[in-house]
Amino acid sequence: MEMRTTLRRKLREIQDDILFMGSMVEKAILRSVDSLKKRDLVLARTVIDDDAKINEKRFDIENKCIQLIATQQPVADYLRIIITGLYIATELERIGDYALGIARITIMLGDEPPLKPLIDIPRMAEKTVDMLHRSLDAAVHRDVEAAKNIMAEDDEVDNLYDQVFRELLTYMAEDPKTINRATRLIWVAHNLERSADRVTNICERVIYVVTGKMEELQTSKY
Amino acid sequence: MLAVSVLLVTGSTLAGCSGETSWKTEVLTSMSVKINTVLPNNRLVHHNTKLRTERVSLYYGTFRALKDISLDIPEHAITAIIGPSGCGKSSFLRLFNRMNDLITRARVEGCVELDGVHIYEKSTDVVELRKRVGMVFQKPNPFPMSVFDNVSFGPRQHGRKSRGELGDIVEKSLKLAALWDEVKEKLDQSALALSGGQQQRLCIARVLAVEPEVILMDEPCSALDPVATLKIEDLMTNLAANYTIVIVTHNMQQAARVSDMAACFLMDPDRSGVLVEYGPTSQIFTNPKDKRTEDYITGRFG
Repeated sequence: MEMRTTLRRKLREIQDDILFMGSMVEKAILRSVDSLKKRDLVLARTVIDDDAKINEKRFDIENKCIQLIATQQPVADYLRIIITGLYIATELERIGDYALGIARITIMLGDEPPLKPLIDIPRMAEKTVDMLHRSLDAAVHRDVEAAKNIMAEDDEVDNLYDQVFRELLTYMAEDPKTINRATRLIWVAHNLERSADRVTNICERVIYVVTGKMEELQTSKY
Repeated sequence: MLAVSVLLVTGSTLAGCSGETSWKTEVLTSMSVKINTVLPNNRLVHHNTKLRTERVSLYYGTFRALKDISLDIPEHAITAIIGPSGCGKSSFLRLFNRMNDLITRARVEGCVELDGVHIYEKSTDVVELRKRVGMVFQKPNPFPMSVFDNVSFGPRQHGRKSRGELGDIVEKSLKLAALWDEVKEKLDQSALALSGGQQQRLCIARVLAVEPEVILMDEPCSALDPVATLKIEDLMTNLAANYTIVIVTHNMQQAARVSDMAACFLMDPDRSGVLVEYGPTSQIFTNPKDKRTEDYITGRFG
């Protein structure tokens, strides 16, 4: 007979909340880069407005975790799951902030003519979102192997960042008038690179849930 | 043997107390706590008040055991009464099925309502009241008879006779009490042969057999091991969908685990029990409003 139905039900609720928050953040990243690519200021504003909802969701999850700790006396894996929930919510919130930052850059660039068609930056966004999505899957399924694989994929995002960086440097070297726009695009790429790093942090916590070990398994190049 | 309690309430017929001044209480600073109707899990949104006390004081002779307790207890939820020994938790619980009537020189002042009807009227049928408001005690107390006879005892007292009908009631009650699978092969064996945890679930089944609306539980798990305790807690959680449960417990962790609402009682310097704080359990255990509640639940005193 499985016991502690209340605790298990509430843990499932928190898990659902985290998945929901994850989808909000995925959408924010994709939309922010889309707004940049299409110079869609309305979309950028939507991303900025929606960030408040992400922040709210984070506090909601934190409150639920705190209440569970206070009322249900979780120990062992139950405790690790809750602590990880708190941690993931914090990481997701921060990734949401990176999306917000990108949307702000879209607005800053406003109607300046595009520097170049954006190829690698959307690719970085897609890769990061893919990693994020799978990291939350790994969290739900307590899949250590998947978590480790996702962490290894951070190199791909780092490499794309290098590529974007080098390319934009070339633009700036050739024409100082591009410096403003190119610098901001580097910020965008940097935000995406940081987002992927946050995903590797989530993966580390997935490993913690299963093994109980806290370790920095892989350090990003940046 | 019963009913030595002197009732000061003189209101007419079956009616609630609000709006009337037909009962006499000392007007002291009363703590009236309104129920937050919205819990984080939204369970209490549409919940009516099932039990209600207003400025209730309980005396044992000249000793005032409870002082001006005002509390609204929501329907179909679990409300926990916590507090140190001697603060009147059990006395408070026993108000709701008039178990205090059994104590000589016990006297109730103020208002105790079930579904808005004052239950300390002269016209109150105490037997009927105790059918609607069942009770589970600290120590499992099965009757020295078979499992079947234990559960069917109440319905038989209330006039259900046919073996078939009783059989249905017994099965349904034991299933509700999550005990059926463990005892279905030994319904004719003595209830005293069951384990402590099983006996306590049997006592719950016995209460359920008379189809109560409210279940009062006075330290229902303090005689049980941790696993049996968790079983009872899960059972309570399931029952709360259809019953109003009030539990008294010393075990704050248990109150935190199972209850939707929590009331913290403490002892005044004159040794009377007072209500210090009442609110959603999640709030009481994460952010109590009263310093005394915080000191008690964190173990800084008590």
